[in-house]
Amino acid sequence: MRYVSWLVPTLYILFLMVPIYWLVAMSFKTTNEILGGFSLYPQEFTFENYAVIFTDPTWYWGYINSLIYVSINTVVSVGVALPAAYAFSRYRFLGDKHLFFWLLTNRMAPPAVFALPFFQLYSAVNLFDTHVAVALAHCLFNIPLAVWILEGFMRGVPKELDETAFIDGYSFPRFFLKIFLPTIRSGVGVAAFFCFMFSWVELLLAKTLTAVEAKPIAATMTKTASSAGYELGLLAAAGVLTIVPGAIVIYFVRNYIAKGFALGRV
Amino acid sequence: MTTKTMDQRGWWFVLPVLLLVAFNALVPLMTVVNYSVQETFGNNQFFWSGVRWYEEVLTSERFHAALGRQLMFTAIILAIEIPLGVAIALCMPKKGIWVPVCLILMALPLLIPWNVVGAMWNILALPDIGLLGYTLNASGIDYNFTQDPLDAWITIVAMDVWHWTSLVVLLAYAGLSSIPDAFYQAAKIDGASRWAVFKYIELPKMKRVLTIAILLRFMDSFMIYTEISVLTGGGPGNATTFLSIDLVKIALGQFDLGPAAAMSLIYFLITLLVSWLFYTLMTRGEE
Repeated sequence: MRYVSWLVPTLYILFLMVPIYWLVAMSFKTTNEILGGFSLYPQEFTFENYAVIFTDPTWYWGYINSLIYVSINTVVSVGVALPAAYAFSRYRFLGDKHLFFWLLTNRMAPPAVFALPFFQLYSAVNLFDTHVAVALAHCLFNIPLAVWILEGFMRGVPKELDETAFIDGYSFPRFFLKIFLPTIRSGVGVAAFFCFMFSWVELLLAKTLTAVEAKPIAATMTKTASSAGYELGLLAAAGVLTIVPGAIVIYFVRNYIAKGFALGRV
Repeated sequence: MTTKTMDQRGWWFVLPVLLLVAFNALVPLMTVVNYSVQETFGNNQFFWSGVRWYEEVLTSERFHAALGRQLMFTAIILAIEIPLGVAIALCMPKKGIWVPVCLILMALPLLIPWNVVGAMWNILALPDIGLLGYTLNASGIDYNFTQDPLDAWITIVAMDVWHWTSLVVLLAYAGLSSIPDAFYQAAKIDGASRWAVFKYIELPKMKRVLTIAILLRFMDSFMIYTEISVLTGGGPGNATTFLSIDLVKIALGQFDLGPAAAMSLIYFLITLLVSWLFYTLMTRGEE
């Protein structure tokens, strides 16, 4: 029994690491070596693939573009979700339950459904090919998620905290910023993490809403995959670099991720 | 549980959320509804066509086949990922320095952009130069996911298990870690078997998070698009053409807006209906 409890997570993590290892190994190989045949690890170790990405603006701007709209989206999503989650956790109002469920249904709309209308909508309001367009579009699925997570955390805070603060003469905004927000800061961290994650990994809408100025890294990659022949090494290097921001973020919130959904209500 | 007060001011708090989500959800949704009842011959001329596209989609064999494949894929990955995720969560250490290490490593696949996941598995599974494809072929198993439908299915299922089982693990682990030690001690004193501990203590405590896990996994696997379009592109033939892939083929490939829009709405309604069924079944008897 004791062996099993070590073995299972270890084997699972090994399984997770195999494709990642292969991607990293590929990224250090030359195109000739890759196409020449199978090799378990790079024979002619090269940084050339990474050099291309860091010196070619169409490549590194892809990362910057992605990071810009992901950041805007995270700030907006969490910012508007905070008061909404507060209302859902503290007040009853006409249609609150229906509203909550309606918000969640937006996570069920296949992005493939919305791709074309989104393109038309954001062209119509002159936001096509801007970071703001992608950031706003990603709100569709990130706001419901943020409200869901934050509401769960806020429900755990006793209502007496609010009442005591109001008796002490705090105005609502001051109470919210000075007392309430610090109390649920781990919740804010978790919500921000999930918003970052879902905005970072989404491609279909991001690709639909951009052309040149705000093109995300993922779109640059798909274009390279088809146009520049078969440069697997370059593609692999770009892939490795897309993992890095996520890994950094996950390191900072490692103690909260497990709690994130557990406290949310279904 | 605090009781909530009736207060219509709540609407002001949710107003920003409402406006933003409505802008993103209602306008495109109405556009889709609009397309679904019209016919166009280009030049921005539209004609009313009523429910014709709906009838066409609902009776088309192509739609049935794509829906069937989609349902089968979702059923397979739920049947693998949920038990596997729970099992791994049960085996995880409860405390110590290994907990954050495990969590970080396990969460890694969740943070990789979906097209990179597809590209990664493509590179891994290439029959001649990929680690997986080469090893399988070298050990005498005939494997080629670009030619053989069964190999393609096994590859995408493996990819999805790799990509998403961690979400189930994280959720189940969060549910497990909310169980106080006293529960386990009491069970030990009573001489409860391992199975009894699981059935009467761990499973009830995980019910809530498992509901979320199943719902999220259902929704996302039912809408899967990017990974599969990169890995197999729906092929070989139509073997892995799921609803979303077929939809994009019709909408952007053939530019048949009417049928694509009708199909989108039927697709959306199926997702909604099944999610609602899951939700009501799993939360039955609560509150």
